[in-house]
Amino acid sequence: MAAVSGLVRRPLRQVTVRDAINQGMDEELERDEKVFLLGEEVAQYDGAYKVSRGLWKKYGDKRIIDTPISEMGFAGIAVGAAMAGLRPICEFMTFNFSMQAIDQVINSAAKTYYMSGGLQSVPIVFRGPNGASAGVAAQHSQCFAAWYGHCPGLKVVSPWNSEDAKGLIKSAIRDNNPVVVLENELMYGVPFEFPPEAQSKDFLVPIGKAKIERQGTHITVVSHSRPVGHCLEAAAVLSKEGVECEVINMRTIRPMDMETIEASVMKTNHLVTVEGGWPQFGVGAEICARIMEGPAFNFLDAPAVRVTGADVPMPYAKILEDNSIPQVKDIIFAIKKTLNI
Amino acid sequence: MRKMLAAVSRVLSGASQKPASRVLVASRNFANDATFEIKKCDLHRLEEGPPVTTVLTREDGLKYYRMMQTVRRMELKADQLYKQKIIRGFCHLCDGQEACCVGLEAGINPTDHLITAYRAHGFTFTRGLSVREILAELTGRKGGCAKGKGGSMHMYAKNFYGGNGIVGAQVPLGAGIALACKYNGKDEVCLTLYGDGAANQGQIFEAYNMAALWKLPCIFICENNRYGMGTSVERAAASTDYYKRGDFIPGLRVDGMDILCVREATRFAAAYCRSGKGPILMELQTYRYHGHSMSDPGVSYRTREEIQEVRSKSDPIMLLKDRMVNSNLASVEELKEIDVEVRKDLTLCCL
Repeated sequence: MAAVSGLVRRPLRQVTVRDAINQGMDEELERDEKVFLLGEEVAQYDGAYKVSRGLWKKYGDKRIIDTPISEMGFAGIAVGAAMAGLRPICEFMTFNFSMQAIDQVINSAAKTYYMSGGLQSVPIVFRGPNGASAGVAAQHSQCFAAWYGHCPGLKVVSPWNSEDAKGLIKSAIRDNNPVVVLENELMYGVPFEFPPEAQSKDFLVPIGKAKIERQGTHITVVSHSRPVGHCLEAAAVLSKEGVECEVINMRTIRPMDMETIEASVMKTNHLVTVEGGWPQFGVGAEICARIMEGPAFNFLDAPAVRVTGADVPMPYAKILEDNSIPQVKDIIFAIKKTLNI
Repeated sequence: MRKMLAAVSRVLSGASQKPASRVLVASRNFANDATFEIKKCDLHRLEEGPPVTTVLTREDGLKYYRMMQTVRRMELKADQLYKQKIIRGFCHLCDGQEACCVGLEAGINPTDHLITAYRAHGFTFTRGLSVREILAELTGRKGGCAKGKGGSMHMYAKNFYGGNGIVGAQVPLGAGIALACKYNGKDEVCLTLYGDGAANQGQIFEAYNMAALWKLPCIFICENNRYGMGTSVERAAASTDYYKRGDFIPGLRVDGMDILCVREATRFAAAYCRSGKGPILMELQTYRYHGHSMSDPGVSYRTREEIQEVRSKSDPIMLLKDRMVNSNLASVEELKEIDVEVRKDLTLCCL
């Protein structure tokens, strides 16, 4: 009996990104009673996107708090609670609304440890969906990776798959610094294989370390969040044509893992960056600038190319929206252009 | 030679002997305490307010006097250092408002919490930092409380959360600290201060709402010194009854130039919060002698006569001194000695 079961390969668990985040928060709430979650609709509604489903039922009013529609107010309250020693998770229903509260994120949270000469830490997590969704138009589709990535004092992470999502939210909650977790609404429902180690309650994905999702030799393709999936699709198509792409999932925007990117570029001699946000002053712009300043520049056989969202407020009509974010064909086009094929 | 020896011996013996006046003072009989009448507070949504009389002990009186005088001299020293360009950037001084920081501290415990805006040097001192650490920070030195990285507006101490530069942002922070107090179940309260200018910030009303909704032990305190930078309260606020602006939050208006009034009101407010009733709002009516900051002479939007009138009739240090002397809690000489000591300590600090 034992011999037979040893031969049968059990399939890896499939977990959606939503459930992965939920699990991560649940485990951290259980582990440390100082952790609590606040935001609009996080408790009785189970979360606007159901990410906090079941948590209020399990932990109650003290630990899972529904707030009024007062981003500046409740973000400030969360930061104050963190200053006084609690470990809040502050949810923004989408990061578009974080603009109302951005002063609290930057001036009250991010800068305080430095300004106080190391006396006052702010162990807070700001999380929520970031970037384009589907048909929600201009005011609900902005990507904030570049805005938050700009600021010293903040850590900024951007998970792609379930493993990223669970490991990064746990690392963020355990980190004594303010961490911005940029999730993606369109990824919430996507299932991924969950490796066994990810099922442990102490599974952490380190902040500041990128992951090479696919090894390759001809070109380095760097991305974060949902576009990582598009890059892998493009890589699969190109593989049939004999072009092997090395796809890097950044996982962290700040502090950026330049070492992994540089090592890859020094191997492949070509670079394409892919992001959902606007091109000017974006994540790709920063990567390109740093490549120029570092050892990898001399290994480039062609200028690096950025694939980004279109430089317009997100339009509503589907055909316009589809063409305002990087598609697989755009990534393939950029790769071929860089490789001159 | 003889004269020189006599002079040297006088100096040497002066170092170890008590000065004559102190010997005199010790032999006088002072009262241990005295009862004073204090102004009745205007109330909003409160049946009763703080008591209208209070007992001041000699010990407390001397302590408050010394603390207020220290804050006063420290601020004046900062003024000097700023004019010498040894302090740079922003420098917002609180001379005139000493009864607020000292009075508030007298009404709470060291385990309570306090957060304020940028006019914070007085609170930094009353919350426990030394004048030396404060001046070192103001002058950008490593020995400063924030290692010189914070400056005037970013000084922190235990249970003191600064020192905040963005007008109004500290109010939701204070409500959050109060949330932590409630969460931890330790009976602590958070004093959350803002000025008459900040009182019109939207996020303050968001904080009022959540504090009341969740019954947070937060004492909102509007330090009304009549001017938000150069804009008088009449020109900035549709309603200048700052103690009523919390609407559903009960409030009281307090004479912020009388340290005993501030102390009693604070005790009252803290007891209210600790009993679990939720937040309360205090408006302290006070006055700053300096302009908004060191780059503001402070006379283009108010008259010198007004400043002079407050100085002569309502100076908080003078008010306490008169009370103590008139009720035999202390002598004029004794208080003068404290003045001298405070000045001396400050000079030594700056060497």
